[in-house]
Amino acid sequence: MRPARGTVAGAAVAIVVAAVIGLLPLALSDYHRSTGATVAVYFIAILALDIVTGYTGQISIGHGAFMAIGGYATAILTHDHGWNDLATLPVAAAAGFAAGVVVGLPALRFHGVYLALTTFAVALAVPQIAKNYSHFTGGTEGLSLPSHSGLWLYEVGWAIAGATFVLAWLLLRGRTGRAFRAVRDSEIAAASAGVTLAVYKTAAFGVSAAMAAVAGSLFVLVNSFVNPDVFGLQLSLYVLIGAVVGGLGSLWGVLAGAAFVQLLPVGLTTGHLASSQAVPVIFGAVVIGVMALLPLGAADVLRAVLRSASTRGKHSETPLGTEGR
Amino acid sequence: MTRRGRPSTSWIVPLGLGAVCALLAIGSLRSSLFAQQTVSGLANGGIYASLAVALVLIYRATEVINFAQGAIATFTTYVAWQLMQWGLSYWPAFACTLGIAFGGGFVLELVAIRPVERRGSVLSVVIAAIGLLILVEGSIGWIWGNEVKFMPTPFPAHIYTVGGVAFSRQDLSTIAISLVAVLVLWLFFQFTKVGLAMRAAAVRPDAARLVGVRVSWMLSLGWGLAAALGAVAGMMAAASPSVLLQPSMMDGILIYAFAAAVVGGLESAAGAVVAALLIGVLLNLVTTYVHFVGPALQLPVAFVIMLVVLLVKPSGLFGRTRVRRV
Repeated sequence: MRPARGTVAGAAVAIVVAAVIGLLPLALSDYHRSTGATVAVYFIAILALDIVTGYTGQISIGHGAFMAIGGYATAILTHDHGWNDLATLPVAAAAGFAAGVVVGLPALRFHGVYLALTTFAVALAVPQIAKNYSHFTGGTEGLSLPSHSGLWLYEVGWAIAGATFVLAWLLLRGRTGRAFRAVRDSEIAAASAGVTLAVYKTAAFGVSAAMAAVAGSLFVLVNSFVNPDVFGLQLSLYVLIGAVVGGLGSLWGVLAGAAFVQLLPVGLTTGHLASSQAVPVIFGAVVIGVMALLPLGAADVLRAVLRSASTRGKHSETPLGTEGR
Repeated sequence: MTRRGRPSTSWIVPLGLGAVCALLAIGSLRSSLFAQQTVSGLANGGIYASLAVALVLIYRATEVINFAQGAIATFTTYVAWQLMQWGLSYWPAFACTLGIAFGGGFVLELVAIRPVERRGSVLSVVIAAIGLLILVEGSIGWIWGNEVKFMPTPFPAHIYTVGGVAFSRQDLSTIAISLVAVLVLWLFFQFTKVGLAMRAAAVRPDAARLVGVRVSWMLSLGWGLAAALGAVAGMMAAASPSVLLQPSMMDGILIYAFAAAVVGGLESAAGAVVAALLIGVLLNLVTTYVHFVGPALQLPVAFVIMLVVLLVKPSGLFGRTRVRRV
């Protein structure tokens, strides 16, 4: 239904955004480049969450756990087995995919609140498991990895972020994406239209978890350190906040969400507007405010602006955030 | 709208519970370590029970799991600590904290949850509750700092010895206070007019509205009561020597309470209490007798219990089976 003009405009925006991201490191110090690399990490993680929650309607509060799996795969392989950093990424993705399918299996039976609970428990349980098997994971003291320059991290991070964005776009625009959305909007209707729920739900979880695992690997590379606290509950919640603020079910909102999650704390603390202690308070308030005032996030504002500009807003899209039960 | 009971299998749960109780009793008579671990497990279970009932209270009214319940409980525990720093003795501070928690829960529902709920989706409310979790846990760190504090305990370190088995007064008091709190709440729901109105608002909001119950106020009231119950759980948890007063104090306990609420069927307060006690005992016994399960693995074990129950009997042990009509 989408006119070709929209696709062209989308491609143009994509090129401009990619150019800005590509040229930005020239203007940044090395420290800020690694901050930018962390934005890329959040971008990938939020994109991953968006696939499973925004597009397929299966809430996950546990994406930090998948990031932990990827992060530990990278850390253990480079630290103990001398692998090259980048060579560990496919392994991380595969491990993440497997974990995602396992977590996705209960999603076949659980709905809404139960799934939220299950994934929340996963987010809390995985760091505990890492703490318990300390001879493997370094325990609370963690593992240190060789550090990279900010520029290397920025380039690698955003190259992978761009690649996952294209992959996600290809996945979501076609048959699979339609099936995901059908599952989100009505499982019964989707099933009667021939969408096999079991396959698509586990696939959504698997793909999403694989992406989140890659994000986790990059996160470990950026920090050049890993311990269970790196992947604590807070990370899962921040990824969710990014997805919500950006707008669930929107690919463009992901960028806004990632920037928000990483740059707001940095901006607030370096600008001396608030102490670092106050950041979670502001975050929480923003999340509640967003849910109360614009439940579809930043992407919805953007969409409304574009629509009023083109004055052709006859078809109203399904309110995405409201279908996730 | 038919509610289908399955009479052929309904005896399994009571029978299983009876068997578990018998097993625990026999074990306790035979080994004093077993008896001690069972009692301290019951004490932990009492804490989980208060929090689990708080979760059930809110779930019944709005079908939303309050992810912020643990953080709110921690906050109120800090309030109690602060009151005691200002010179109040334990029990007056305890009572004041319950009042403050009730008011706080009431206001939070009004300010944070109701505007979101008006737009009408469970997912949005769940996310708002998570926002609340971050907000409340963050403000604890902001106000009181992240370093560990020591909560005074009202119970002298007294040990009762019965037949060679030592029971700490701490454990016995925790069990008693948690259960009394739950019991008082049950009496309130069963025998007061407001309690009846709250039950009506939870079960049939539209019908309740027709007979003059102000449903939205009942929801705020429910949040207030849940927060007060959570405060009991928080103060009992902080009084136990194994838990220190810090912002993330209740994260793990919240998961055990979740597990208890789910195992009990999410809609049944009695089920939540029984399940919480069972989980408390089970976790203690597992960490005592199964050697590869260290304290760090308690949480994954609770998670596995929850998962297994959900997969085998999705409505929980005490929940009613819902038939979803297409």
